[in-house]
Amino acid sequence: MTFWIIIRNSLRQHALSTGITAVSIGLGCGLLMAVWVVNFQTQRAFKNVTGGFDSILGPRGSQLQLVLNSLFHIDSSPGLVNSQDYREFQKYKGRYYKSAIPIAVGDNYYGYRIVGTNLDFFSVEHSPGRRYDLAVGELFIQNEKQWNKEAVIGYTVAKKLGLQINSIFQPYHGLTFNPNQKPHKDKYTVTGILKPTGTPADRVIWIPIEGLQQMDGHDVKNAEDVSAVLVQMSDDTTARGFAMNSLSGIYNKGTDHLTFVKSTEDVVTRLFEQFGWAEKVLRWVAYLVAFVAAGGVLASIYNSMNERRREFAILRALGATRSTIFSVIVLESATIASMGAVFGFGVYAVIVAAAESTLSDKLGVTLNPFEPHIVMFIVPLSLAALGAVVGIAPAIKAYGADVAENLIPQS
Amino acid sequence: MPLLEITKLIKNYRSPEGELQRVLDVPEFILESGRQLALRGGSGTGKTTFLNCIAGISRPDEGVIRLDGQDMAHAGESVRDDLRSKNLGYIFQTFNLLQGYTCLENILLGMSFGRGISLKIATELLDRMGLIDRLNHRPFQLSVGQQQRVAVARALANRPKLVLADEPTGNLDPKNSSEAVHLIREVCEENNAALLLVSHDQLTLDQFDDCQDLSVINRVNGEVVG
Repeated sequence: MTFWIIIRNSLRQHALSTGITAVSIGLGCGLLMAVWVVNFQTQRAFKNVTGGFDSILGPRGSQLQLVLNSLFHIDSSPGLVNSQDYREFQKYKGRYYKSAIPIAVGDNYYGYRIVGTNLDFFSVEHSPGRRYDLAVGELFIQNEKQWNKEAVIGYTVAKKLGLQINSIFQPYHGLTFNPNQKPHKDKYTVTGILKPTGTPADRVIWIPIEGLQQMDGHDVKNAEDVSAVLVQMSDDTTARGFAMNSLSGIYNKGTDHLTFVKSTEDVVTRLFEQFGWAEKVLRWVAYLVAFVAAGGVLASIYNSMNERRREFAILRALGATRSTIFSVIVLESATIASMGAVFGFGVYAVIVAAAESTLSDKLGVTLNPFEPHIVMFIVPLSLAALGAVVGIAPAIKAYGADVAENLIPQS
Repeated sequence: MPLLEITKLIKNYRSPEGELQRVLDVPEFILESGRQLALRGGSGTGKTTFLNCIAGISRPDEGVIRLDGQDMAHAGESVRDDLRSKNLGYIFQTFNLLQGYTCLENILLGMSFGRGISLKIATELLDRMGLIDRLNHRPFQLSVGQQQRVAVARALANRPKLVLADEPTGNLDPKNSSEAVHLIREVCEENNAALLLVSHDQLTLDQFDDCQDLSVINRVNGEVVG
């Protein structure tokens, strides 16, 4: 209790410098936690998004572009897989892969991408144990005999565009919205709205693939072509590896106009590796902020030693031991750092909320700022410990001070 | 056994010029339990140094200071801290109240290093000093006389065996001075605490039956010893 009375009084007397120092520690703490958590959750979210599909067949080009376009619904489409190649690929079903789902892209509605696919898509687990469930309505009609101009829309699309069941819309050509452009003549009716998935699918309007292939204005000679084929490989690890290598050989080496992405997860991992430097830079900036702030604690407490030496001398005269004075200063330093760490959670929440909003808006990927992560314990505790460590120097100064000398009032 | 027994106490200070100057040379001094003694001494006679040595705040160069049977002069610092906090109450000339703390906190902090915090005792003492309505006032919000009474309350809060008072009325007017000395003596008597008061103020000294010249005890006249 004695310690806390002394510490509380000191913090109150030096409220401004304490506040500024705590805020700067909070910035470092929040930044460190946010960089760590955003990086961890983003990587996990991106890898989870590919969870349903192991591989992709697409036109010859960049594997990354193919993954981004087919699974994340960003970037431009690298081209088309012609119907003959698609039919050839279907022959490998059962032998090399479990299922293959075609997608076709090329249209949008107010910037939200329209993707043609088939009903099998909705039965795939988009992340472990989770499928595309409807919040309201039903899936579009699509079978061997007929398909309807109907659409199932992602949660974000419904929320942002205010589309509801039975809403009618006309797609716009291209992957980006141009307000000066006239829409296609085809009119689509919303039949279902998906529950939020926290994946890019939330930002997509799904229609029967035939609808996109045969959309008014699209080139009729491509009416059976697809943009990419999303592939689920066998669950058996050995067979899977063999099949991936075989298909890679067939398409990447055996053709000059098709690309087979063996592992979508590997491509995403490579993508994050390429941007790993940015994460490292941010992390070092955060370390720097935290260390500068810790230096601030040191300077703040060390500078206050002169004005407090009489206070410590009086406490000594009252019976406080050298160790008590030493402990008070170290604890005070740790307390300032701990206050900063608490403030750091606020900084963290703001940064992660901003990152969440941006990622959700641009990519449909969601983050959970409240999900516990080990850094949320390690970083604040480390900073509190760092605070205690930087308190040692001023504590030693106070420890060695002469009591009788400092009892004399300083004029 | 006397409460305080000093033998062959020597304390020197090094002057800014580098000369070793003797401040204290006390061949013998004894104070019995419950005794109230006033020592007369002017400026520079080593009053504060003498009390600081007894309190264990300054360490003498030679000699023995036996407080309640324990040698303060040769004890380690933590032992001296402990002896001081449990056996001594010190009223400083400048009061030495902690400025950032309330009256009550000043008392409680003093107690926390001694026999332990007791809100009841602290409040009762401040009530006794007429400061019950000033518990949460800080020193700068009090008059000099009130600050003096807080200092007295703090010195007595641990129920010490010996109270040291260094020019306790130095900053007070005659009326307040007389009241303060009366209060200190009264409370010491109630607690059966010995009182050793040093002052140069004749009004203060006149209130004591037992009064000695410090120069009789301390045989130093500012001589250079090295």
